[in-house]
Amino acid sequence: MTEKRPLKRGKKPLTPVRREQSRREFLRSTALVVGVATASIMGVVPLVRGTSLRLRPPGALKTPEDEQAFFASCIKCGQCVQVCPVQAIKLADLDDGFGVGVPYIEPREQACDFSCDGLQCVLACPTGALTHDLDYPADTRMGFARLARPEACLAVQGKGFKGVARGPDYKGLLRYEEIDRWNPLPVAAHPYDLELCDLCVRQCPIEIRIKQCKEEKRRNKRRSSARVAQRVGNECPPKHAINMNLVQLANGETRMEPSVKRGCVGCGVCEMICPVEGPAIVVDIDKTTDSLKHRGKCWSSGPPDRNKECSSNKVRRGG
Amino acid sequence: MNYLVESLRQIMGAKPSRPTKAEQSAEVRTIYAGKRGHLTKADVEKVRHEHIKACCNQWQRRRWLVLILVNLLFVVSYFFDVQLLEGALTASRFVGFHMADLNASLQVMLAYKHLVLNLIIGTVTVFILWLLLGGRTFCSWVCPYHLLSEWADYLHVWLVKKRLIKNHTFNRKVRGIFYVIFALLALLSGYTVFETISPTGILSRALIYGPGVALIWVGLLLLFEVFYSRRAWCRYVCPIGVTYGLVGLASPIRVKYNAVDCHHEGDCRKVCLVPHVLDLTIRGAAYDVNQDVGADCTRCGMCVDVCPTNSLTYEIKGLSKMLSGAAETR
Repeated sequence: MTEKRPLKRGKKPLTPVRREQSRREFLRSTALVVGVATASIMGVVPLVRGTSLRLRPPGALKTPEDEQAFFASCIKCGQCVQVCPVQAIKLADLDDGFGVGVPYIEPREQACDFSCDGLQCVLACPTGALTHDLDYPADTRMGFARLARPEACLAVQGKGFKGVARGPDYKGLLRYEEIDRWNPLPVAAHPYDLELCDLCVRQCPIEIRIKQCKEEKRRNKRRSSARVAQRVGNECPPKHAINMNLVQLANGETRMEPSVKRGCVGCGVCEMICPVEGPAIVVDIDKTTDSLKHRGKCWSSGPPDRNKECSSNKVRRGG
Repeated sequence: MNYLVESLRQIMGAKPSRPTKAEQSAEVRTIYAGKRGHLTKADVEKVRHEHIKACCNQWQRRRWLVLILVNLLFVVSYFFDVQLLEGALTASRFVGFHMADLNASLQVMLAYKHLVLNLIIGTVTVFILWLLLGGRTFCSWVCPYHLLSEWADYLHVWLVKKRLIKNHTFNRKVRGIFYVIFALLALLSGYTVFETISPTGILSRALIYGPGVALIWVGLLLLFEVFYSRRAWCRYVCPIGVTYGLVGLASPIRVKYNAVDCHHEGDCRKVCLVPHVLDLTIRGAAYDVNQDVGADCTRCGMCVDVCPTNSLTYEIKGLSKMLSGAAETR
């Protein structure tokens, strides 16, 4: 050892202890990267298992098969939650994986009844995850209602309904416009007395809108040109979403049965208000009126059939 | 060494550079030389003791107050429906103006691959805000996880002092690696993967919208920090810190180090969340008499509070010059 090579500052040869320390630190660091990255990727599990699929607020960028665009665009801030007048919107928890902090609606607890009229959640969304392409409730495509248990339906059984729809302890709110235009009221404070139960039709926001349109039309007959601008895109009346249909049962009796129409936006009010426990009518979140393609003649010839091609397949939106 | 380059190197996890004798200014070399054998241990202890007596951790108090108030403003806005600050830390409206967390918005842009005007407005607003306020100031003055982590830190330090546990460090370069990993994951998978495990977002939402299962993750992180590695999330993982660190590169609000009175005792490095930024306080490590602490600094003010010789102070770059300039022209 006659020659001493000049060493660069900080590049002194490590002592065995120091070398062992730095080797351990390297291993720890690698473990940290792998561990945290794995933890974050675990968020995909609920998506793969399909447990993160939920009813989303109006305008959610959601195709039935793929929620990816919605999850990607949502910044998880909950501004939609804050503006909802009936507090229908909740934020998903960590058990939804990548969907943590993403808004959803549990319709049986509190459906979206469009109390806000102007789709406040859509207006509040800073990222367009609730797309600004829609302006009116009837444009919404959240899901599609289905009479899942006709045998449980009071109307099908020919029964009426008396009392509060969901029991006295139910917390849900609905707008009863004839009572208060601006403040949604608790369902528990609004008893019904119906000869034949038609709550799902009666409370359907789209059907209520249709009634209002007709009323307005009758009143404004003389001034029919009024508020044309407001009508653009806001079809008045919108298409029917649900009505009572006469059906023949297997034993030959005829009964009334709620029948979902193409105007259904999947808001979930029918599922919410259905007084039967384990509701007779539910909203399918993987279907919308657009995905069902039941238009024109196809629709009138019976319940929607996905496999049946429809002759008049006009694009409704944006047209 | 250039402030920008040095800060960037530190953010990416490189060791702070040390000047050779030749690179140091003559002035600072004289100061270092003059300190040799000048102060006794007793002198140093006396100054330190007097400082502890007089001091009151005023910056920490102010910071905690701001942090709690900002987060409370979110909570109160929703709870009482006063619409001052709607939303959560990831995105919000301040009296109607859009704001978006830079890292959350980056994740969304990478995953969604569309640009939405509202989001851009919010992002630019917040970018300018933190550009003016110091970048990583967000971490220590706003992030709710930082506060919990600070409390966990006290526990950790106490346990270490009692020799019950040992601190384990990681290579700081992993934070840069995480930054790239999370960006790539968002870009390739199309999901905002980091948001799933971000304690900042989870905590902010839990405060505003009520607690949930996600808090268990935050709890685990805190336990990890208490028992295994000090301030691990902020130091080695969080990409939010990197994003704001990059913003802070050009920020005028900095902590300034002055070598004249410094005793080089390292009290500041002991309380610092990101102690590598204070390596310049080691004897012989500063390039010049006055040197700014790098942009990876969270501007938390702990070092300003603890320094017994006032060698570390907040500064607003350019302001003193502007003021003296104004005085001269008068």
